[in-house]
Amino acid sequence: MAELTAVLASTHHPFYLKATTAPPEERMPQADEWKRKVEAYRETLTAAEPDILVMVGADHFHQFFLDNYPTFMIGKQEKYDATFYNEEREFGIPKYVLDGDLVLSNFMHQGLLDEGFDFSFSHELKIDHSIICPIITVRPDADLPVVPIYTNIFAPPLPSPKRFWDLGRIIRKIIDAYPSDKKIAAIGTGHLSLELGGPRMFGEHGPDPEFDAQAIEWLSTGNIEAILENVTHESMASSGNATHGFMDLILMMGIAGPENADYVDQLDLYHTREMFMTWYPNKNDKMAEAAARSAAEAGGVTGPVYAAKAGATA
Amino acid sequence: MSKYYVNKFLYSIDRDPEWVARYKEDPAATIDRWEKEVGIWLNSAEKTSWLSFTEDERRALINSDYEWLFAYGAHFFLYLTLFIGVFSDDWTEEKGPLSYQLEWARRLAPWIGKPYPSVAL
Repeated sequence: MAELTAVLASTHHPFYLKATTAPPEERMPQADEWKRKVEAYRETLTAAEPDILVMVGADHFHQFFLDNYPTFMIGKQEKYDATFYNEEREFGIPKYVLDGDLVLSNFMHQGLLDEGFDFSFSHELKIDHSIICPIITVRPDADLPVVPIYTNIFAPPLPSPKRFWDLGRIIRKIIDAYPSDKKIAAIGTGHLSLELGGPRMFGEHGPDPEFDAQAIEWLSTGNIEAILENVTHESMASSGNATHGFMDLILMMGIAGPENADYVDQLDLYHTREMFMTWYPNKNDKMAEAAARSAAEAGGVTGPVYAAKAGATA
Repeated sequence: MSKYYVNKFLYSIDRDPEWVARYKEDPAATIDRWEKEVGIWLNSAEKTSWLSFTEDERRALINSDYEWLFAYGAHFFLYLTLFIGVFSDDWTEEKGPLSYQLEWARRLAPWIGKPYPSVAL
């Protein structure tokens, strides 16, 4: 059977590439620290030696619109073009062509249907920055085949937080049952508190630092009970009108299971807080050493982060 | 009234560099042209016969009026990216980085602490 070697859940920040490749005189003060943290996070994936990436993201009205917006969708292609014109324009993200893995896409799709998740599917999916941002940060060579999974965190009505957790659990079950000797990593991005187009956007910090600290604790301790007790569509909206991307992080925790994370790092930026989290479901020495090295390099930790502690050091 | 139609305008303009340039140059004329060439079409052969703008919707799009669009519940991501694409570079040159975005946030400050209008249709 296939081996799930790593689960990565992080925020996606489309300005990362621009911010860290700008000429020195135009660089934001945190650019070097941000780059160091991202490169350290990348090592936590490299150590898992993946052959295939199952990637979770959400289309931001780039391909899909309100005439037909999929709630959950899987790509089923040999190749995927990526990055739309307006993402190049606004974020300076380059175009990519990623390889797909049609066999795993088909296996995943059938498994999802069998388990009660009636997915939409696409044979002409173009990938947006929700999946290209983590390619840029954790696999910049873009040399591995991907299986893209999209969720609706964007166009209400949205599925419940519980549904995202359940979907993660099912994806894990399907990966574990995949008859292959390949190593698979699951990588998904979303958001902590985030505001777009409203009064709390582009502030000095994210719109709700308290939620961010709490969310990192819940995720890094695998505490799904606390999430389901405290996180609703309304509570996320009160933390910032685009905070619902947090549900993709709940999905990733669902893939990892109710377990402590093996690597946690974060960075308080203007507009939003970055979070970098990795679980190793089948941890070996090499992975543990990589996480420890990255934590030392970037100022992260190799286990859970609790809200009070994070607040005290922020 | 059609929040959907407003979102359709924002979506289909923002994804096409030629429409973005036209909208920047002459928003009112671009809205008229867009309705004839894009808005009332489902695809190249089929029409959607019942969609149109109200005068308020048309005025908000002509004026890139994010305050009105926010209160109306148009989808924030659509007008945020389009208006940044149209205005941000000019504002940055004149008033510094992020000046357009921060002015936008400041103008919407009365909404802080209140429930925002829903973007659901």
